[in-house]
Amino acid sequence: MDSLNAIVLLSNYVFIPSLVYGSQLALGALGVTIVFGIMRFANFAHGEMMSFATVSTIFITWWFQSIGFTTGILPTALLALPFGILITGLLVWAIERSVFSYYRQRKSKPVIFVIASVGVMFMLNGVVRLFIGTDEIIFMDGLKFLIKAGEFKKWSGLKEGLALKQTQVLTVLLAILAVSWLFWFLQKTKMGKAMRAFSDNEDLALLSGVDPEKVVRTTWFISAVLITLAGVLYGLDKSYKPLIYFHLLLPIFAAAIVGGIGQPLGAILGGYIVAFSEVTTTYAFKKFLRYLGPEGWSPEGLVQLLSTEYKFAVSFLILVLVLLIRPTGLFKGRVL
Amino acid sequence: MALLLGIVGATQSWNVSLAILNLCLISAVMSLGLNIQWGYAGLFNAGVMASTALGGLAAVLVSYSPVGEAWAVGGLDTGLAFITLVSTVLGAWLIRKKVPEGSIRRVIFFVWLLGGYALLRHFYEQASLSIEAVDPAQTGFLGGLGLPILISWIAGGATAAGLAWVVGRVALGLRSDYFAIATLGISEIMISILKNEDWLTRGVKNVTGLERPVPYEVDLQQSQWFIDLVIRLHSADPNQVSEEFFQEMVMSASGVFVKLCYSGFFLTVLLVILGLAALALNSPWGRMMRAIRDNEIAAAAMGKDVTNRHRQVFILGSAVIGVAGAMLTTLDGQFTPGSYIPLRFTFLIWVMVIIGGSGNNLGAVLGAFITWFTWIEAEPVALWLVENLNSFLSEQNPLRQHFINVAPHLRMVVMGLIMILVLRFRPAGILPEKNTNRTD
Amino acid sequence: MSYLLGENLIGGYGTGDILKGCTISAAPGEISVVVGPNGAGKSTAMKALLGMLKVLKGKVMLAGQDITNMSPQQRVQLGMAFVPQTNNVFSSMTVEENLELGAYVRTEDYSDTMSQVYELFPVLKEKRFQPAGELSGGQRQQVAVGRALMTKPSVLMLDEPTAGVSPIVMDELFERIIEVKQTGIAILMVEQNARQALTIADKGFVLVTGQNRFTDSGQVLLANEEVRRSFLGG
Repeated sequence: MDSLNAIVLLSNYVFIPSLVYGSQLALGALGVTIVFGIMRFANFAHGEMMSFATVSTIFITWWFQSIGFTTGILPTALLALPFGILITGLLVWAIERSVFSYYRQRKSKPVIFVIASVGVMFMLNGVVRLFIGTDEIIFMDGLKFLIKAGEFKKWSGLKEGLALKQTQVLTVLLAILAVSWLFWFLQKTKMGKAMRAFSDNEDLALLSGVDPEKVVRTTWFISAVLITLAGVLYGLDKSYKPLIYFHLLLPIFAAAIVGGIGQPLGAILGGYIVAFSEVTTTYAFKKFLRYLGPEGWSPEGLVQLLSTEYKFAVSFLILVLVLLIRPTGLFKGRVL
Repeated sequence: MALLLGIVGATQSWNVSLAILNLCLISAVMSLGLNIQWGYAGLFNAGVMASTALGGLAAVLVSYSPVGEAWAVGGLDTGLAFITLVSTVLGAWLIRKKVPEGSIRRVIFFVWLLGGYALLRHFYEQASLSIEAVDPAQTGFLGGLGLPILISWIAGGATAAGLAWVVGRVALGLRSDYFAIATLGISEIMISILKNEDWLTRGVKNVTGLERPVPYEVDLQQSQWFIDLVIRLHSADPNQVSEEFFQEMVMSASGVFVKLCYSGFFLTVLLVILGLAALALNSPWGRMMRAIRDNEIAAAAMGKDVTNRHRQVFILGSAVIGVAGAMLTTLDGQFTPGSYIPLRFTFLIWVMVIIGGSGNNLGAVLGAFITWFTWIEAEPVALWLVENLNSFLSEQNPLRQHFINVAPHLRMVVMGLIMILVLRFRPAGILPEKNTNRTD
Repeated sequence: MSYLLGENLIGGYGTGDILKGCTISAAPGEISVVVGPNGAGKSTAMKALLGMLKVLKGKVMLAGQDITNMSPQQRVQLGMAFVPQTNNVFSSMTVEENLELGAYVRTEDYSDTMSQVYELFPVLKEKRFQPAGELSGGQRQQVAVGRALMTKPSVLMLDEPTAGVSPIVMDELFERIIEVKQTGIAILMVEQNARQALTIADKGFVLVTGQNRFTDSGQVLLANEEVRRSFLGG
């Protein structure tokens, strides 16, 4: 019984949250990695792009809610999602045309792209706040819990409750859907193969007649889809706050690099590694050990590796370790 | 630039104008430091903020008087924790040196580190708990050395240089965007340490009331010599103007006087560092640095130790930024870990260097002035714009309030726009680097 | 009649011309080989034909059409295929995907071309699902040639196809190239291994400092005393 309690406790506070957070990071890291694979630069504006995508989705959500276009059970934001993707796609495309394409034609060094993306980051940061301010926004509606902690306790007779939020299930489902679609696209379609070829060997791809503009356009659009999904799912699950989205950049970069930047599979794995490490190192295992230990025994202290304030530091520590031990990441990076 | 500051002085107030000038001077030192890293050596340091914050911490640790009680209750455990840390690191180093490589070494190494960490956490928790319990509303931290705050400017540089040495060992040698991400990450960690290690920094409770290197306004207002000075400068007869008006005059004059004192200090530091930077840039060392930046492979082929040179430059630049960080905390008179955000303390400095002209020291200074001025003045200008736009909207319109609330964020947009435009149309900056054949 | 012709080409990379009026041609069902000492402009000449280099003077003709001002992509569409010297495969992609990408610009069904390539290079069929990066040097060259053939080109251009492969592999590659030639494709290649290359050449061009020194059939060039002394090492 106690070990069951321990398992439920761990699922509720470590496993499910990590899985959900990991899925969100994986989607973000996929966006970073796919842009890196084609255009060879780390997009510092990625977090702000996620923020923008979420804000545009929030606005559409509010509009839908105001005209009563809701389902009652599913979050309205889900209905607004396609429109969010569209708006983000347009924005990203506008940025590509007005900022990045110039440097690509001149074959500038990657670091110039990075600096340009910092400029974009500033602008988006301001634009987003101009529209929505700096307050925390909760835009989740519909059914909140699929399993409530209290009901679970009653049903199972355990001391520990297990809660499952709708957003958690949605996140994992949508992430699986998006990732499978992406892999199908990259592996099976002509355009996907062209993208992989372009990422592998740009000159040879050009010689084979691959249109670089089309590849870049497709890449940005896919990244817009991933950006919107990651941003909206994170916002639905927790809440939307502009500053948090800037801070998400770090774990997302960490996930992309840990897995091997430019490697979609690596980005997904990296996302889960970062999420699980963040949650496990900052979780206090006191109660968990009490269940497992002898009756009446309780460990001294919280049995917590790091205090919760250092959550973001964990992703970075992993990053440093990987950079030191295996700079190419778990999967050898640099190509799609 | 002087003209612009003059306009602000005339239209807003001389106090505002001088406040901007002081921050311009500090920013100029920061952007000089970054220019050493980026302009001389092409290092993309996205962790400028860490050096700034460490400089600020140095200001606290040097100038704040030691909190005796905290040392009494937590000193022993702190010492033990420190000894544990040092011996763990030393031991780890010894194990790596002495034990032959293999799985045995890995196991010993791991167990040693784990044990060390557990012991460290034990002492550390006791120490931090007891220290933070000492009068938490007032102190709750160990305090500092109680030395004059000006010393902290050097200490700030040294601390930042120390961190740069460590970071350099880890991150230099990575390709440029990895290096950027790594430094960004380290700076975020530094800030979260400063925010959460209350025993050292008071965390988000902030350290206020730091000692000043210049007189206080209140004292000035009561000194006869200062009042005489004001009378002489305004060539006014105190008997001819109203009592209140005269009071106001003295008050604003005292503010100006204090800010001018700061400006004097900051300008001195700026000129010294500018002079040194110019000397370094034109020395054989500077030429070699630029050679490495322009063609790393060729320089390495000629037998230059690129990573080592990069480390030197990275440490030097960080030290300069650290000095600026200590200056900033001195000017503020308080240390607020929560205020360090990357946009303001890392990327804004980047805007300065890019706008001014990478590789050109005067350019970095000019860029700092322009950028800081825009950053500050964009807000009143935006508000003014909003007010005018709002004349179309009625008082009750919620949009009106929204616009007024968000107007300050316009400066982000402006900064980003300037940066993108400069990068595109004048990639070498306003004052381009002289006689090089750099091709980007 | 030559199918691909670069006439009196002058051009280079900005600082001084590398090509100083050389003329190179290739005809269907024939192998043209460009040889010469290092720095003679062999590879540069090939890049000029492909449009990867700005030609200041002279013209490039393909099947009677002036293509001097076309982009490389346009020339590929017109039936020119090129195998670069290095990095000539998509190493993270499978052999079959490499071939598919070769046919990227073709909208019609290309399965027959693929089976032809597999017939020509049986080893590729065996390893069709392996990433190209895992193959040996000689096999990689076969993938590269195969990828180029997938466009169904009328001209196949090879930049030093035997660089860095063993003599045995070189002989095998040359044999394959002769087979390709027999399908009626015009082949133009730049070679370091001048002697072996000239033995299979229908036409040989000896370039020195960006100009034609000798132009004749491979056999004649091999027999020429001066060519042998200066360029073939005795």
